[in-house]
Amino acid sequence: MTHTPAIETAALGKSFGAVRVLGDITLTVPAGGVFALLGPNGSGKTTLVRVLSTLTRPDAGTARVLGHDVVSERRALRARISLTGQYAALDELQTGTENLAMMGRLRGLGRTAARRRADELLERFDLTGAARRRVLTYSGGMRRRLDIAASLVTPPDLLFLDEPTTGLDPRSRHTMWDMVTDLTRAGVTVFLTTQYLEEADRLADRIALLDGGRVAAEGTADQLKARVSTGRLDLVLDGPAAFADALRALGDRAVHIDSEHATLGVTTTGGAAEIRALLDELDPDRTAVRAFTVRPTTLDDVFFALTGRAQEATRV
Amino acid sequence: MSDVLAYPVLAARAARLSLRTVDALFTALLLPVMIMLLFVYLFGGAIQTGDTPYVVYALPGVLVLCTAYGASMTAPAVTSDMTAGIIDRFRSMDVGGRALLAGHITAGAVRNLASVVLVVGAALLIGFRGDGGALGWLAALGVLIAFIVALSALSAAVGLLARSVEAAGGFTFAVLFLPYPSSAFVPVETMPGWLRGFAEHQPCTPVIEAVRALLTGAPAGSAPWIALTWCGGIFTASLALGSWLFHRRTR
Repeated sequence: MTHTPAIETAALGKSFGAVRVLGDITLTVPAGGVFALLGPNGSGKTTLVRVLSTLTRPDAGTARVLGHDVVSERRALRARISLTGQYAALDELQTGTENLAMMGRLRGLGRTAARRRADELLERFDLTGAARRRVLTYSGGMRRRLDIAASLVTPPDLLFLDEPTTGLDPRSRHTMWDMVTDLTRAGVTVFLTTQYLEEADRLADRIALLDGGRVAAEGTADQLKARVSTGRLDLVLDGPAAFADALRALGDRAVHIDSEHATLGVTTTGGAAEIRALLDELDPDRTAVRAFTVRPTTLDDVFFALTGRAQEATRV
Repeated sequence: MSDVLAYPVLAARAARLSLRTVDALFTALLLPVMIMLLFVYLFGGAIQTGDTPYVVYALPGVLVLCTAYGASMTAPAVTSDMTAGIIDRFRSMDVGGRALLAGHITAGAVRNLASVVLVVGAALLIGFRGDGGALGWLAALGVLIAFIVALSALSAAVGLLARSVEAAGGFTFAVLFLPYPSSAFVPVETMPGWLRGFAEHQPCTPVIEAVRALLTGAPAGSAPWIALTWCGGIFTASLALGSWLFHRRTR
């Protein structure tokens, strides 16, 4: 097991003309597992992936991927990474088998080995039935699967997936998630971009929030959620007298006051200890609070709080 | 992946793709035959070419027209690759632009040779006879191949320059007109002075003159050498331009 991080960037920047697409990205991605780059459209996700996968040269800072510099050591790096971009990188006029066999040949496999590997991958990605059909006739989900298969003709150490589930139906999305999980079990580090919070929450071991070309936050899903306390604990009090007592005790902490239903809301991180302490404080005799509900912090809250772009983000 | 190893794979790919672009393939193979029949039977009677039967006069022009047109189809093919996701995959696999372009140029040359065979076959059927002998015909083929490769390289460079497949297709159209103001279909002497100057000195003319002389066994003079010089120059300039454009486009 190596302790070299999969990706290490320092003050990485990229401009296109006068537009600063990436500014000052300093990021460390550990080897193994899934790292999700979460951000709205236009936040620079694709550009960052292109820089890290050697396709676009950065104009500031440095980036080392699998220990190789993305500019000066790009040839060595290219042999160890694979990229599945946002748009299918396949020949529509070639069949599934032909596309994969060609990629295998370009990765240095012999004719027979490339063909055998193509058959294996088609089988694994449930495309055997369509193997002899031109990609032109494939559905969006099938193309995406073939595209990922094309990234695996020789197993990479690090796989970049740029918005792997955008435009897929829910079923294909779940298939894609299972595929990513299988890959990480096989030891591949996966770096994916997504605009779906649910996807990042579900798949990623670590998440970076990208906004306006900068990393707004980085950590595990739980760490990110802990940074924003927008969860709310609603207490239903046992009658008007208990309601008045509780309101007095809470003072400014009450963010939601509903006397008609004898309900009071306070912000919470959703932690059990915090809730237990609050209940003990307000209701030492265990008679005043009849019921409570907790709306936990979601990645949505984190996302909106940290990027301030509620309108542009896509909710699943 | 070294370009040398990637090249045959990409040439086979380009050939397969162009075989499957059925409408374009159909046009590339049959349009030249149609143009020849059109000139020989429709205009041929009215064009004075001395003692030479018109089909003998026109065949080299038709060959240049069809190979120029066929070669120009490399442009949209290259643009299509450059504007689709596949170029990113190739680059992330360390497949270079040289291998990709050489693949397209090779596939284009093979496609063009097929249309040359068709056109010559059709010309023989409608009465073309040449006394150039095997050596002359081989030499004529050599000049044509040089022309095809040079124009394919130019097309590849244009394909890198174009931002859309449609724009690259415009080049095909432009190339289709280039052989007309030359000695392809009417003797240059019949043109007005200003056009004659262009017609006599544009690259199609020496290629046509060389092919015509080599096929019929007439003295070719310096035409083959001028033709090869043109082709070499176009090829070299196109490669330099193409490689510069490729690096610019993929920065």
